Amino acid sequence: MTSAVMDAHHSEEHHGPAKGIRRWLYATNHKDIGTMYLVLSLVMFLTGGAMALVIRSELFQPGLQFIAPNVFNQLTTMHALIMVFGAVMPAFVGLANWMIPMMIGAPDMALPRMNNWSFWILPFAFLMLVATFFMPGGAPAAGWTMYPPLVLQTGDAFPYLIFSVHLLGISSIMGAINIIVTIVNMRAPDMSLLKMPMFVWTWLITAYLLLAVMPVLAGAVTMLLTDQFFGTSFFLAAGGGDPVLFQHIFWFFGHPEVYILILPAFGVISEIIPTFSRKPLFGHDSMVYAASSIAFLSFIVWAHHMFTVGMPLTGQLFFMFSTMLIAVPTGVKLFNWIATMWRGTMTFETPMLFAIAILFLFTIGGFSGIMLAIVPADIQYHDSYFVVAHFHYVLVPGSIFAIMAAVYYWLPKWSGHMYNESLGKLHFWLSAVFVNVTFFPMHFLGLAGMPRRIPDYSTQFADFNSIASVGAIGYGLSQLLFVYVVIQCVRGKGAKATSEVWDNPKGLEWTLPSPAPYHSFEVPPKVSSESAFS
Amino acid sequence: MDEQVKMRRQEAKEEPGDVALAGRLVFLAVAMFGFGFLLVPIYDVFCEITGLGGKTNDVAAIVEESVDQDRTIKLGFVTTVNGYAPWEFVAEVEEMTIHPGGIYEATFLATNLTNRHKIAQAVPSVAPAQAARYFKKLECFCFTAQEFAPGETKRMPVRFIVESDLPDYIDTITLAYTFFDTARATDATPTAMHTAH
Repeated sequence: MTSAVMDAHHSEEHHGPAKGIRRWLYATNHKDIGTMYLVLSLVMFLTGGAMALVIRSELFQPGLQFIAPNVFNQLTTMHALIMVFGAVMPAFVGLANWMIPMMIGAPDMALPRMNNWSFWILPFAFLMLVATFFMPGGAPAAGWTMYPPLVLQTGDAFPYLIFSVHLLGISSIMGAINIIVTIVNMRAPDMSLLKMPMFVWTWLITAYLLLAVMPVLAGAVTMLLTDQFFGTSFFLAAGGGDPVLFQHIFWFFGHPEVYILILPAFGVISEIIPTFSRKPLFGHDSMVYAASSIAFLSFIVWAHHMFTVGMPLTGQLFFMFSTMLIAVPTGVKLFNWIATMWRGTMTFETPMLFAIAILFLFTIGGFSGIMLAIVPADIQYHDSYFVVAHFHYVLVPGSIFAIMAAVYYWLPKWSGHMYNESLGKLHFWLSAVFVNVTFFPMHFLGLAGMPRRIPDYSTQFADFNSIASVGAIGYGLSQLLFVYVVIQCVRGKGAKATSEVWDNPKGLEWTLPSPAPYHSFEVPPKVSSESAFS
Repeated sequence: MDEQVKMRRQEAKEEPGDVALAGRLVFLAVAMFGFGFLLVPIYDVFCEITGLGGKTNDVAAIVEESVDQDRTIKLGFVTTVNGYAPWEFVAEVEEMTIHPGGIYEATFLATNLTNRHKIAQAVPSVAPAQAARYFKKLECFCFTAQEFAPGETKRMPVRFIVESDLPDYIDTITLAYTFFDTARATDATPTAMHTAH
């Protein structure tokens, strides 16, 4: 540990956090804001998860058991909105807030007051969104994709839906600006761009994606708003508009959005696998180029979400091949992770178990994605449970597993204590088994023809649906174990963590003591090629 | 230590880096918001060029063509009422055989099934989409909104030409009309609706 770091630790007495609620309301410290993001994300994850469990309970048997069809539609819509915008995105922003300054040798984020603002918008946006359940006409029920003309039939909730999407967008954009400015301007002097750790790299790319597409979504929902209330006809056929145009604009946002949800996960895996393989990341620079290629390609594949709306053959071929092209940089990343593990001295702590599970399970989601990219096949799979299986495989054992892996990996650094390793492993195995029990049968349901977003189904689908529901309840309950492990660790029940936490990990964050001091690096640290990235 | 921190903050203040960069990024976000709206005209132009969506001309076209008697095309008509609104809307004939370059007329019948005044707008679409740009309407009831007295039935003509440079592989064209009840649009833009009559 350098003396600069020790000094930083001592100055904590002078610049410590404010007491009580003010510490959080007026927070400008990257660690406090990161913590708030992560806690909000956990709350939203459990909220969206509870909705998923109601959905799966209804689908346990054919017929209508618990909820009316329109409530079912509200739950699928809100589950998606809350999980995408409330659970996964804020969790990654929280991780970015906590880790980026520590990984690049900065004292804090570049724009701390904007950081405060971008967080505190979120609770209000979600309060407004969830409050729609109690409005006449109920919550939005047209799916998270908000396709007109169906979404225009939303009741009083409609303007609240639009406005909360606006707020979520503003929050994401401010978060992205802060992350870019921090990474570009506040790196330690010796840290050139290509020396940055992969988590920082993937977040830099993600932040640019956010900046490029969140405003487009804001534009699309603004057009919905004016169509509904101000007499425009962007998407109304009667007035000369075209509902298909909305799908194009939405997916121009929507496809980069799915990489916003997964690129930081790639970054997390790229930190964890080298540590527990005790080898540097294989092909660091090629990982950077691969992530950049994925980001570029994400802008030219959007219409593969809408092959069935009717498109010239050349259009279908273009979007089919550009989509398949994404498999190439993604393959580069996967093979690099495998090559990192090759002949490494591997151990299997909880974060590593999650990371390895991601390699297997995300790849299943990737392959079903390539199947969906094939135009003639997609016409069969479109809007079926196969699609549900596909995107849950990339999002749950992809993004969500990566967030949990990251929490297990860095929690000792944040809290100063180790988590309970055996409970962590138990949580991993329960999650890994139940996630497959939940989502794997959905492939078969989709191939057999079960459509998505329906509360009732033909009896031939009963067996696989009941299996999926059992898996969902199991997966949901297992997450309570995660909450327990985290709380126990934060309350200091585990052993004291050393500053390195793991066995000789690479990266600047491990040169700071555990728990990390309130201000990270007041004096820029020296970056050796040895310690720069893992 | 504290002095060093102060010095570093001082430097940060003098150097406009953070704020300038943030400003540029805000500009990028605002520009992308505008780009979202720019996609609307881009989409229209794209549809016009490719025929995507089967859109046809929405003001009367002037076309001079000689009739190609050697080639016949089967033209079918499809009628739909949007959202099960109280209309009866049918084509007088289900299909006709035409020659490219010739001027033809087809008649559609619509009945207002309510005892209220109603305004409707028909929106056309041509399939296959590749034929849309060769299908030229000289006169159409779809160019303006149509007003209906309670229970009124109207005969509504469309006069058209299919241009003779229609690609060879197309031998069947379908012209579809969807009938929209524009009650909502009337509330929103009364002047536009009145000038239409």
